[in-house]
Parts: sequence; structure tokens; C-alpha cells
Amino acid sequence: MMTERVRKLREESLKAIPYISMERAKIVDEVYKKNEGSVSIPVLRALVLKELMSQKKLCINDGELIVGERGEKPVATPTYPELCCHTVEDFQVMNDREKIFFKVSEEAKKIQQEVIIPYWEKRSMRYHILNNMTQEWKDCYAAGIFTEFMEQRGPGHTVADDKIYKKGFLEFQKEIQESIQNLDFHNDDEALDKKEQLKAMSIACDAIMILGKRYAELAIEMAEEEKNPNRKEELLHIAEICSWVPANAPRTFEEALQMYWFVHLCVISELNPWDSFNPGRLDQHLYPFYKKEVECGKLNREKAEELLQCFWIKFNNQPAPPKVGVTLKESGTYTDFANINSGGLKADGSDGVNEVSYLVLDVIDEMRLLQPSSNVQVSKKTPQRFLKRALKIVRKGWGQPSLFNADAVVQEMLRAGKTIEDARCGGTSGCVETGAFGKEAYILTGYMNLPKILEITLNNGLDPASGKVIGIETGNPTEFESYEELFEAFKKQLHYFIDIKVIGNRVIEKLYATKMPVPFLSVIIDDCISKGKDYNGGGARYNTTYIQGVGIGNITDCLTSIKYNVFDKKNFTMSQLLAAMKCNFEGYKDIQNLVKNKTPKYGNDDDYADEIMQEVFYAYYNEVNGRPNGRGGVHRINMLPTTCHVYFGSVIGATPDGREAYLPLADGISPSKGADRNGPTGVIKSAGKMDHIITGGTLLNQKFTPTVVEGEEGLDNLAHLVRSYFKLDGHHIQFNIVSKETLVNAQKNPDEYKDLIVRVAGYSDYFCNLSKVLQDEIIERTDQTF
Amino acid sequence: MTSGTIINIQKYSIHDGPGIRTTVFLKGCPLKCWWCHNPESQSYKQEIMFFEERCIKCKACEGKCQQQAIRINDSFPIVNRKKCILCGECANFCPNNAREYVGKNITVKDLMKEIQKDEIFYEESGGGVTFSGGEPMVQIDFLNEVLKNCKDMDIHTAVDTSGYTNWKNFNKIIDKVDLFLYDLKLMNNEKHLKYIGVPNNSILENLKKLSDIGANIFIRMPIIAGINDDNEHIIESIKFLSSLNIMQINLLPYHKMGMDKYKRLGLDYNLSGMEKPTDERMIEIANEFKSSGMKIKIGG
Repeated sequence: MMTERVRKLREESLKAIPYISMERAKIVDEVYKKNEGSVSIPVLRALVLKELMSQKKLCINDGELIVGERGEKPVATPTYPELCCHTVEDFQVMNDREKIFFKVSEEAKKIQQEVIIPYWEKRSMRYHILNNMTQEWKDCYAAGIFTEFMEQRGPGHTVADDKIYKKGFLEFQKEIQESIQNLDFHNDDEALDKKEQLKAMSIACDAIMILGKRYAELAIEMAEEEKNPNRKEELLHIAEICSWVPANAPRTFEEALQMYWFVHLCVISELNPWDSFNPGRLDQHLYPFYKKEVECGKLNREKAEELLQCFWIKFNNQPAPPKVGVTLKESGTYTDFANINSGGLKADGSDGVNEVSYLVLDVIDEMRLLQPSSNVQVSKKTPQRFLKRALKIVRKGWGQPSLFNADAVVQEMLRAGKTIEDARCGGTSGCVETGAFGKEAYILTGYMNLPKILEITLNNGLDPASGKVIGIETGNPTEFESYEELFEAFKKQLHYFIDIKVIGNRVIEKLYATKMPVPFLSVIIDDCISKGKDYNGGGARYNTTYIQGVGIGNITDCLTSIKYNVFDKKNFTMSQLLAAMKCNFEGYKDIQNLVKNKTPKYGNDDDYADEIMQEVFYAYYNEVNGRPNGRGGVHRINMLPTTCHVYFGSVIGATPDGREAYLPLADGISPSKGADRNGPTGVIKSAGKMDHIITGGTLLNQKFTPTVVEGEEGLDNLAHLVRSYFKLDGHHIQFNIVSKETLVNAQKNPDEYKDLIVRVAGYSDYFCNLSKVLQDEIIERTDQTF
Repeated sequence: MTSGTIINIQKYSIHDGPGIRTTVFLKGCPLKCWWCHNPESQSYKQEIMFFEERCIKCKACEGKCQQQAIRINDSFPIVNRKKCILCGECANFCPNNAREYVGKNITVKDLMKEIQKDEIFYEESGGGVTFSGGEPMVQIDFLNEVLKNCKDMDIHTAVDTSGYTNWKNFNKIIDKVDLFLYDLKLMNNEKHLKYIGVPNNSILENLKKLSDIGANIFIRMPIIAGINDDNEHIIESIKFLSSLNIMQINLLPYHKMGMDKYKRLGLDYNLSGMEKPTDERMIEIANEFKSSGMKIKIGG
């Protein structure tokens, strides 16, 4: 049940209009101008956070129980000029664009123009990154071969573990001091660097404690003014909590939530890391508090639920910071990807589902908010009751929670060298990314457009869109005598492009390590304190770099089409196919029909196509996996797109699978649009032929109309599909359960469907916030009705 | 190697028996139910369906037909079904898939390969394979062979039958069938003859024998307004069925989904204008069965 308090807070959160707040930019600017050059860079970064937490305007919303906003009020969204210094035109675009807009005041534009741009234009990370990239890299970026995550947002992609529920920041500070005392200036050449990093971490601890103290003071002030005796008491209680956490370890359920929230605010104020931040295994962390307090009668389920609901609203009040250009295209959403995990396994390998897990599901169900995202970790030990409770929410059709295979996630981590305990205490974050929570820096660096690389191969190195040669010469495809020859050529192009991306990644990692450390995040990720190293500089226990493959469904169908029609059945020649593609199949409807409708396709449990999927998958894996990154770890792959499959499709002409020019690609490892014609079991079997365990996450979307999943039987069948896919080691599956009719109506009458949330790709979004192309794509995704 | 003629292999079939199933539709049926929604399953031969709405009037089919069985009328193809030898060339070359080939010969081995693809789902859900049609008993040797293979593989089997066959055919397969989905359409023999084209005595006898032997039986009763939704039929059915050992009864309300298929096959549809029975009537009928203590479900 939603209490009146929660209902009001939720409504305010939903109707708030996102706008650009210049508060942060101004403080950052002042701190840099005052201190740059006189202190080390890590210390400078820590001073930025400390000043932010000392000066920022605080805000306690009416009735709320968990306090703290990133901006001066809900959905006030700061900029990060040290990462991306927006032009005034950027601001205008953000203000004017129809979707994912941020209102910008004239005052803000003036500050940007007069104060921020002159100083930051050539100091931002975006400037340094683009300045350090080669011409080849820039050509690939412009052509849409790959994207670059770090040009507008910081590396992050990480998740909290349980340490902040066991230690306060005074204790963290003590650990930092010990680490400084243990530095070996006799033998360690990096001792001084480490000292500066550790000093910065200690200042960052001050920053969060200042924030807590200021909130305690504000709550007392407000209590003095407050007429309503109940609220007065609540404010005094808030003051009491904030004067205990974050300096000390939380003692109660409520303090635990407030502790996390202060940590969250500091992480997303320090920089704007991808995927913001995330409490991860929230049910595991909260359960000890819940159990203790319920047993002694200090807390009941209703009160805990209300607190969690208040906590949920805090996430929804913090939209992802504004993006522009390609970054907006690859991630066009307000969602900042905090993705709360429920269920899964405990450190000892036993089932993790507890009472708080069910409570969290109830909260997800009632709150129906875009943020936070939520997922359920399903192991073979997970009770069917829990899975079915989650599926009952899934069935309502707004895209949450998504479902993960906890056993596969553990195996993925073990394969990547994590300890069994770290693996079991991890989970998935962002869209579908596997991580050792609290111990791993797993940085996603950009999407790789696999079908585009085939297009370049079929044009012997030339990009038909720009007319520029951006690949290498791998031969005229009309002269290839076998499919194998074509595939070899593709592999050579792939190697060439991955080389360019990996070199770029290593340079960017170095730039972040030296210019943009994150001392606060480093405090709470093992083993930054003991190593004396920053999170961005290899301080975490595990350091992984990902390049995300996009369009495996399309490239599989393209290669299958060529192998089947040109080489096996000789239905037409390569020249005929290339001519048809050049004309976007205009005048070649017979060829288009053959490749679209009468050729094996991935997603139907047909080995002919699925073996080609495996071949492409391994080619990509072998090319990326194991290449060293710049932080002491390696590159790995995962297979997810966010909204990038639309952008990537828009840079590719007609393809050999019959797809017409510039249409979206398939999302994640889902089959391409309309390719799966044998129902969900065919899709699951095909997707199950990928070796998920050697990735860091894959994404599979399935759309059903409501009638298919009706009743107890419908729910059972859904559960059977999930369990079967997970038996095949599938990593993640998510269902969109909306009728085509509803979606078409929503497109026509957006005002009536404002609250319609759909699954996009690893996250959910308001349907009306999506671009027309993406809306069309979701409408068109195969509707599974049987 | 034994082979049979099938129309379709339907994966993730969730209304033809327990769990997630694969339903194999065998071609050919001795009955001609007026309401049949799978008219393409009636003929024993392969056929070509024409989807008028998909035709883009490109005339490609006319050129491809070696038998001159296709003539263009007002740029629309008309097929002379007497001349057509069902070679399928027109279907292969139709750029917009307006022609679809119905019916495929398949060996037991190839069919088993398809069935086994979804074993993991059968195991997880307690599902299996269902043989439907048409009337699967018509291809009894093929059916028997596939059932035997399924049992060797430990796959749950169901046979969806009208019951209109010689008892000895049941005898052949009974030890390999875990569940019968048995149709009961009309208790009145005269009406049965009129709307279905055959008498119902052997159907009722076979059902009784199956029940006596102790086979697992789900009864499936299509309900068509004005034909078999009258109280008399319902009361007769309840009387008959309560004397047997039946696990569950499914009431299947008439629907019009099959109507377009008649047109595509160049057949007449006897029930045009027929509406589906009202929800209220379906609930009334279901309650009649319930009050006699039978397990009843509306829908598959």
C-alpha cells in the first residue's frame, strides 16, 4: 500500500520538469580557479567534492523520510564542465528538443557563456580525449563503427557492496590514515602518488560527513519552524539519523537507507559516472537490520515498506545528466541505470531470497517508477514462489523487474578470475553487466557495430555512407569463391577496427587516471585504500574493460543469407545481391523476399543460422577478450545495446538479410525484427547456443501480448521459459507484455499514455519519451502470440 | 523409413495438453465439420494457399507456372486447381509470399529431430508433444512410429482425435499415448451426419472403450451457437460423460479465425455470418458441467 505521504512525493517526482542547475558548475569552477596548480590533482578533485558538499543548497522535501538531493531540488540536474563543456548551442538543443529535454534558463546560458566556457573549453575531458585520438579513430567514430562512452561521462559502472552498512566514514578515514602510515618511501617509487591519492580519499570522507552534518542542522532548523507536531517529530528524527550516519555505521533499517543515499549523492556529485551508482544487493544488505528490528518490535513490514518507497523516489528525482550528440543517441533516456538486485545467492552459496526480497518486489510493483531499475537474480535454488511473484509484476507490462541467471553470473565471474565469495556477492548492474560489487571497476567503453563492419567488408574497406576508405582492403567480394573467404575478410576488418578501439581505450583510461581521479568512489571500492590507488587508476580489486557488441542477430542473418543464397543454393550471385542492396532492394523485391522470407534466420533454433552466430560471436570474443587494458586488467566482451541499435542502424545501408537502409538493428542478442517465426522456444534455443559464460553479460528481449501470459498457467509457462533459458546458461531475459494495439494508440495519443512504460533494451522507459523510430521499432518487434 | 504428411509443427503450444508442448498437425481428415478452423487440414493432399491481401499483382506467378494453371484476371492471379500439379514453383517465386505451400512430407527421423529440439522445455514444464490435425489416426502407421520414438525418448505424448476411426487403430497406439484429447461434437446422430458428414456411433463407442481401459482423457467440446449449444446436447453430453472416466473437459467457443483460410483455398464457408457464442452462454454451459462434478475449463 502506498501511504498518502508516498503518493504525494511520487506525484511531485513524476510531474517535476528537469532543468539545468548551474550550482555545481560554478562551485567546480571556483575550486579549480583557486587551487589548480597548488595542490595535486587527486586532492584538487577531493576539494571539489568537499566544497560542493559544504556550499550546495540543501533540500528536504515535504513529508520525506530519506533526505538529500543532488541539485537544489528534485530533478534539478547539474552539469560537469570538467568532463564535457557544453556550448551555448548544446544548451539550446537540450532546452528545445522534444524528448529527454532539460530546461535551461537565460541566466544559466549567461553563466555558461561568460564563466564556464572560457575556462573549461580546453580543460574538459572531452577536449583532451578528442585531442588525443588518431585520425583513424575519429573516422571510425564519425562513421558509427563504434561509440565512445567516456567523452561525456566518467567511468563508473560500479555498485556498492555491504561495507557501508558495517563501517562509517570515520572508520574509513582511519583505514586511510593507516594506509598512509604504511607507505614505504624507501622502496616504493609510487609512494608519493599514493600519499596524494590517500589524502584525497580522506578529504572525500570529510565531504560526505559535512553533508550529513548540514542535513542534520537543516532538519533541526525546519523542525523549529514546523507547526505540524508529527512532522516536527519526524524532522527531529531525521536530524538524529543524519548526525549519526554517514560518520558512523548505521544501526537501523532507516539509517541504513539514509547511509546509502548519502553515499549515492556523493558518487554522482563527484563526477557523473555511467550507471550513476547502485545499492546492488539491497535485500541482502537490509535484511539483518530488518530482522533485528522486527524481532524487537521497533519496525514492522508496513513501516519498512514506506521507507523503501521514500528511498525509491529519491532515485527518480535524479535524472541522468544531459547528453548530446552520439552519446544521446546511444543512451537516449532520463534513466541513470541504478539497477537494484533482489534474490540471488549468499556468500556461502545458499539461497539469498529473504523477507526483504519480497518486500522490495512489492515496492517495485506499487511504485512503478522509471528509476531505480530493478532486477531479480534467479538461481536454481530460488524458490518458484519468488520467481512467480516477480513474473506477476513483469506481466503487468511495464518492463520491470528484469530476470538474471544468478548461477551463470557466478560462473562468468569465476571464469574471469574472481573468488567464489566475491562472485556470489556480486550481481548485475546498468543494463545487464556482471560485476563483483564493491570490488570491481568494470568499465564499458563503447558499442561495436558488427553489421557495419560487414558492410565495410562488402565494400572492400570503403564506407558507402561517407565515400571514405576507413577500413582496410580485404578483396573485392564479387571475387570471393567461398563463404569462408568472405568470413576471413570480415575477421581482418574486425581485427583492424578493434585495434583502433583498444588503443583509444588505453589512452582514455590513462587520461582519466591522471586527470580525473574519483577519491570518493575509491573509498568505498576495495582495494583502493589498501593499494593507495584511485578507482580510475587500477585501484579496484578487479579491473575490467568492456566493448559491447551490437547487432549479432543482423550480422548472423546477413552472413547466413550470403552463405545460403550465394554459395550453397546459388539463388543469385554476390554482384546481384550487392546491386540489390545498393538500390535498397528497389526493383529487387524477388531477392529481398528470398533473403527475408526464405532463408534460415537466427532465432528459430535452426543450426544453419545459429552456427554462423556462434562463428561471429567467437570471432568477436577472440578479437577482444584478454587484450590488456591500462589498469592492470583485460578487455572483455558483453552483448547489449541500450538504445544504440537504433543509431547503429541509421548509419548502415541495406543489408544482405533484406533489411532496408537505415532501419534499426536488433537489440542485444535478440533476433532481428521479424526473423523469429517459431515462437519463444526457438528464440531461447538459438540464444542459448551462445556461450554466455565467457561474456560479461548478454541481453535478450521477448515481447508477448497479454493473452499469452494470462492466468496461473500463463505465469507458469513464463516461469518455465525463464528456467529453461537459464538451464542453457542464458544470462538475462526480459519480457515486454503490451499489445501492439496499445502501443499504436499510445503513439497516436501520447497524452493518454503518459505512464506507459516499456522495456527498451536492458532498461525501461516511458514509451512517450522514446523517439518515433524507437517507438516504431518496439511496435514492430515480433509479437509472440500463440 | 516411414514418412507422413504434416501441415505444421507448432512450438510453444500451450493449449494442447499440459505444459509447454510441440503440436504436430497431420494432414487429412475424414470429417467435414462446418466450423472447422483448419480447412487446410482436411485434404490428404498438399495444397497451395493464396493470400489475396498479400498479392501485389506483379504477375510473377503466371510466368513461373509450367502448367498454365494461373491466368491473370484484372491483374489478379486466378488458379485453375484442376490443372495445378502443386509443384510449388509459384509459391517459391512469389515476391510477397502471397502463396504458401501447405503440407509437407516428413520422415519420422526428421520429425523426431524437430520434436526433440524443445525437450528442455518439456522437462521443465511437464509438457511434451501433441499430435493433432486433421485427424492424426488417419496416418496411423506414421503416427504409431513417431509415438514409439517419443516413448523411447521419454517424451510425454498426447493425441488430439475426433475418435472417428477403427478401434484397432487405437489398440495399436494406446500403450504409447499418455493423454487423449478427444473431441465430442454432437450427441445427436442426425445432426452429426448433417454438420460433420459421418455418424457418431463409432466415436462414442471408441471413447467408452478408451475410458474402460483407463486411458487419460481430456474431452474437447467445440460450442457453436445454434448447432450444439442447446440444452439437449449439453444434458446428453453430461449424461454420457459422467458415466465415463474423464479427467477434464475443455469447452472451445467457436471462433472465426478460420474463415479467411477457406477463401485462400478456394473453398466455400458454410458458416459465414456465424457469431461466436456469448460469454454468458459459455459460463452457463460450464456451470452445468460443474454442477455434475466435472472439471471444466473454457478454452484450450
